[in-house]
Amino acid sequence: MKKKLLDFLREWDEGNFEFSMKMTENQLKTRPEDQDRLPPDRSWTRTEVARAAQSEERAFRRLVPVFMGVFLFAVAGFLLYVVTEMPAFGSSGTPANSGEVMRRYVESGLSETGAVNIVAGIILDYRAFDTLGESHVLFAATIAVMILMLLEREEEEPISELRILRNDLVLRNTAKISVPFLLVFGIYIILNGHLGPGGGFSGGAVIGGALILYSTAYAPESLRKVLNLRSYRLIVIAALGFYSFAKCYSFFCGANGLETVFTAGTPGRIFSAGLILPLNTAVGLVVSCTMYGFYSLFTRGRI
Amino acid sequence: MNYIEIALLGLLIICGIAASLTRNLMVSLIIFMAYSVIMSIIWAFLRAPDLAVTEAAVGAGISSVLMFITMKKLRDINRGFTQEEGGSHEEEAP
Repeated sequence: MKKKLLDFLREWDEGNFEFSMKMTENQLKTRPEDQDRLPPDRSWTRTEVARAAQSEERAFRRLVPVFMGVFLFAVAGFLLYVVTEMPAFGSSGTPANSGEVMRRYVESGLSETGAVNIVAGIILDYRAFDTLGESHVLFAATIAVMILMLLEREEEEPISELRILRNDLVLRNTAKISVPFLLVFGIYIILNGHLGPGGGFSGGAVIGGALILYSTAYAPESLRKVLNLRSYRLIVIAALGFYSFAKCYSFFCGANGLETVFTAGTPGRIFSAGLILPLNTAVGLVVSCTMYGFYSLFTRGRI
Repeated sequence: MNYIEIALLGLLIICGIAASLTRNLMVSLIIFMAYSVIMSIIWAFLRAPDLAVTEAAVGAGISSVLMFITMKKLRDINRGFTQEEGGSHEEEAP
């Protein structure tokens, strides 16, 4: 099955695969059996039909570049036209430059969200829907990669070069020294997201990088005891579910003017800024696990 | 300060052109990593430390690792094709 698929892909890649060719081949194969039963006219029309299909397909192949060119130029022209319709750079009439949105964020951002880092306040409070969508896009991308890569799960590990790398003394010692610091730095970035530069995404990326380094330098089997497909699913779904429910609760309370459990608190404290710290943690968990999951799926075909 | 920024921007342009002009994919990837590192320093100069951290972690770290692995996979796939070809010819010969 796999060999057939590879053959098909190679033929298709080299460009000498034609569906009508396959059709005639199949007819040639079946014709000796049918010859006694079928009248000769009918087989003649059959080949005629195949020939017509072949010429049609050739015409189609010739037309494809033309259509692609027309389509590309149409899209490019449309995009350029949209660019000309946009307001000029620095014009004062736009909401971004008139300062309406900006003033609101700068003046009342701290009192409304409780986040010293205004960027975190905007990302996870004013525009929390965007970040929720981003996390779900990451999750959907991982699911797509898993669908593609987990097909060949039953095969043995094909890697050999990475095994050689694992015995590399320089890599192992570098990983031994730097991985704990990277992990702590990532956790610091996540927990400090509402107080200083950082946040869930960057901290999660740092933690994911540390996990990748550890798994490259040491045996990934030891990491798989903690982080396998089951725990990955659990972590990601729990984090995304928590994010969605917490944000639903916060939107519901905000729209109806109710008091929320998550108050802004004293700005500057670690436990302040309401939902931003838990949401940052959830995003960090999703991003770090997804980064490591991508790496693991790409190298070994499984998490 | 200003001279450093100009030098960094010049390096950025050189890296961008070099990454697209080199023949060897591995070299081009390493130049791309250097591009990301320079870009993260420029983000720090532009007072966007959030972006600097993210660029350093994602641009220079994880995306390059993923591209290295993809290159290795592609080489494996090509090797598999040539092996499959040889196998099928041997089958046809007798």
